[in-house]
Amino acid sequence: MNVGVGLPTTTPGTTGELLLDWARRADEGPFSSLGVLDRVVYDSLEPFAALAAAAGVTSRVRLATMIAIGPLRPTGLLAKQAASVHALSGGRLTLGLAVGARTEDYEAAGVESRGRGRKLAEQLAYIRGGVDGDRIGPAREGMELLVGGMSGQAFSRMARYADGYVHGGGPPRAFASASSRAQAAWADLGRPGRPRLWGQGYFCFGDPDRGAAYLRDYYAFTGPFAERIAAENLTSARAVKDFVRGYEEAGCHELVLFPTVADPEELDRLAEALA
Amino acid sequence: MRVEIVGGGPAGLYLAILLRRADPSVEVCVAERNAPDATFGWGVVFSEETLGSLRDADPETHLEITDTFARWDRVDIRYRGRELRSRGHSVSAIARRRLLEILQQRCRAVGVELEFGVGVSELPDADLVVGADGANSVVRGLGDFGTKVEPEGSKYVWFGTDHVFDAFTFVFKETEHGIYNVHAYPYDEGMSTFIVECPLETWLGAGHEDMSEEDNLAYCEQLFARDLRGRELFSNRSVWLDFPKVTNRVWHAGRIVLLGDAAHTAHFSIGSGTKLAMEDSIALANALARRGWDVDAALVDYELERGPAVERTQGAASESAAYFGRVGSYTQLEPIQFAFNLLTRSGRITHASLGLRDPRFTRALDGWFGGAPVSPPPAFSPVELRGVRFETRFGLAPSGFVAVSAEGRITPETPTIDVWSPSAGQVLLQLGHAGRRGATQPRAVGVDLPLADGWPVVAPTRRPYGPFGAVPGEPDEAAIREQFVAAGRRADELGVDVLELDMAHGYLLGSYLSPLVNTEDDRLRYPLSVLDAVRAVWPRPLSVRLSVTDWHRRGNSVDDGIELARSMKEHGADLIHVEAGQTVHDDRPEYRRGFLTLLSDRVRNEARVPTLVGGHLTTIDDANTAVAAGRADLVLLDLTAADIERPLEAMKTVSRAEVSR
Repeated sequence: MNVGVGLPTTTPGTTGELLLDWARRADEGPFSSLGVLDRVVYDSLEPFAALAAAAGVTSRVRLATMIAIGPLRPTGLLAKQAASVHALSGGRLTLGLAVGARTEDYEAAGVESRGRGRKLAEQLAYIRGGVDGDRIGPAREGMELLVGGMSGQAFSRMARYADGYVHGGGPPRAFASASSRAQAAWADLGRPGRPRLWGQGYFCFGDPDRGAAYLRDYYAFTGPFAERIAAENLTSARAVKDFVRGYEEAGCHELVLFPTVADPEELDRLAEALA
Repeated sequence: MRVEIVGGGPAGLYLAILLRRADPSVEVCVAERNAPDATFGWGVVFSEETLGSLRDADPETHLEITDTFARWDRVDIRYRGRELRSRGHSVSAIARRRLLEILQQRCRAVGVELEFGVGVSELPDADLVVGADGANSVVRGLGDFGTKVEPEGSKYVWFGTDHVFDAFTFVFKETEHGIYNVHAYPYDEGMSTFIVECPLETWLGAGHEDMSEEDNLAYCEQLFARDLRGRELFSNRSVWLDFPKVTNRVWHAGRIVLLGDAAHTAHFSIGSGTKLAMEDSIALANALARRGWDVDAALVDYELERGPAVERTQGAASESAAYFGRVGSYTQLEPIQFAFNLLTRSGRITHASLGLRDPRFTRALDGWFGGAPVSPPPAFSPVELRGVRFETRFGLAPSGFVAVSAEGRITPETPTIDVWSPSAGQVLLQLGHAGRRGATQPRAVGVDLPLADGWPVVAPTRRPYGPFGAVPGEPDEAAIREQFVAAGRRADELGVDVLELDMAHGYLLGSYLSPLVNTEDDRLRYPLSVLDAVRAVWPRPLSVRLSVTDWHRRGNSVDDGIELARSMKEHGADLIHVEAGQTVHDDRPEYRRGFLTLLSDRVRNEARVPTLVGGHLTTIDDANTAVAAGRADLVLLDLTAADIERPLEAMKTVSRAEVSR
């Protein structure tokens, strides 16, 4: 299993300088990928813009949207943004897509949220290639495509169009259960081999209270679940190690740990915990 | 710190004890609406595992409780004049009344304030308010918990009897109105719980709706006179009920928290209600003590800890409830298979795990299944279909989709029957026409992605299958039927063992069967004409691969799928290969391990036709369990998931030093 780290794009107040410093340090290792989240109505950075910036100062790590809310963007434009980041990074983009969880993001983007599942299926078919999307360059060869979500339809879209599944976070047992569903869908759709499985978690070493406060705020839209998510924040080397081991045993290929406090110190602490 | 617990059942009282034990300075009050000795229901059951948790949490009550327990390790199953006994199921029971006495006494000893005859209409003034007031919780109305209460399973009525059963006993009784079943178990030296359950049709047919409480008791007493050995049934407001399945999106809101049945119920047929309730109490008390009485943090911990365990138990309970609802369809099974199907109904017991608990039972089961006293496990037991013998239940080698013609291919890589040749072993030739799912890119790229320069596709509709899909033309039915027949003849020449017609997953024949695709009245017309024509030229076992549900609101339901299977059987199919969904692009599948096993069970036992099933079964134990329980005759195992080795280089992780070097 590879371990990647999230870019601090959703912790409010991240400057360009901080983002680039973070990306550079992550590229120096031991991390295998840089992940970003997607949200419109929040003090956060747009995922493709952030990855484009990171692409310029990194050469090794994969750059992953975990996930980008596909239907917020017109299909051709989404394909263009993804292809551009892929080209700018020398072919390092992992494009994770899902329908997202907040109607307010759809309202803000001026997009009807009804029918978003159908629209995502179209986008996946378009981006996967062979249909109209091939007119939109640069070439997308080697772009890894992932799908997230927990509904039966999310799993069948994943198995139909993507290379793998990106889980939304939670304890290793929750990941194991979702990945077993992903594998069942993969075999049911007649795909050869196995799906790539990506997981994610949150961490904070320096200031757990600030980390928890950020998670409570970020996930306020989930109501009481925000407390649960805040409680699952990994706040010690021991907790990180257990979590990593749990995900590895559950068959995860790439685990990305997202910061809840945007302090570059946090990266060093995480690297130490993983050593 | 003041804690107000509403509801003086096992969950509430036990929590009160544990809180006072953890910190005697905490004020704990329990308010119960009824009198101290008023209780409904007879005995309650606990597993060994639960007893261990009770011992650790409060040794004093554990001692009292186990002192008055009835214990047994057997489950007896009475069915068709036989009694089958399975051992190794360590369970204990206690009179609910006695349990409450013990808990009340202990509450007084540790200084809990107990109030009886007190209802609650508004939020009590306390640092923490606990809703332990049962499935019909009033406290739940004081906050937003996202509560859902839905009836689950069959009709049931809860009696006591002075006949002391010597094990947990299931009784199945067929009557002119349908089947009844009983869940009976002893709970002290003189009494047993005796729950009678029956499907709605039986209940209506027998006229229970119009019976008085006394008439109903007399009816049940007479119906089960032999099982009661002439003893009486006792009523305690014993009327027929629907089991309420309670779920809550969240279990706490502000300073209110739900506990036990108020938070979640689990169908009585797996006997886990009291166990879950008292485990809730332990988890909540521990969380509060661990968090130094920080209520917010403790409630999050409590819910995080209990949520997954409760969800799993509720899932198993729902499977069990559904089993008893359809138990009438299992009455053609031989007693030992019936018993094994019953024991494995909720997925918590398998052939392997039962073999550890009760090797004598699985030996008898394997012996019956294999037809000799010493037999291999069921999956290794041979079976014969239309004169062809299969040495194991999992050894059939599926060909993958083979097209009857070039136009019937799914992708350019799909083999056609002209070029296909069988592999070694017993071969299942899966013959199909892709219909509107044809002319797509290879599956290594994706599924249902049309080729830029594909061939024309056909279907009984003009609508494409998925995004960017080609508009289908009209199928030349006679010509395609002839292709199937020619392929059938070719399969015979090639010496194929089993021929399968693909009528699943929205390929051509499958698309005819679904109301989502085909608007003609007689949707079976064309698929059956193909089946008939192939049956006429193919001498060996013929399988039909069928989506027995479309997984879609307006599509074929499982009941429709069972009807389809029945028609296929009448037209000469020897085997139904059970599949689901993919009839349309936007179905709502339900993927998990073994997601097709229950569907296969229903097709096999309701349409009474042999079945073949896959659905992400990954172990021989899955195969043993499915075939021994009569859920399938043959299985396809998904062995790609058994990932136990990796190259040694993969163990090396990139270190920071190496990267910068």
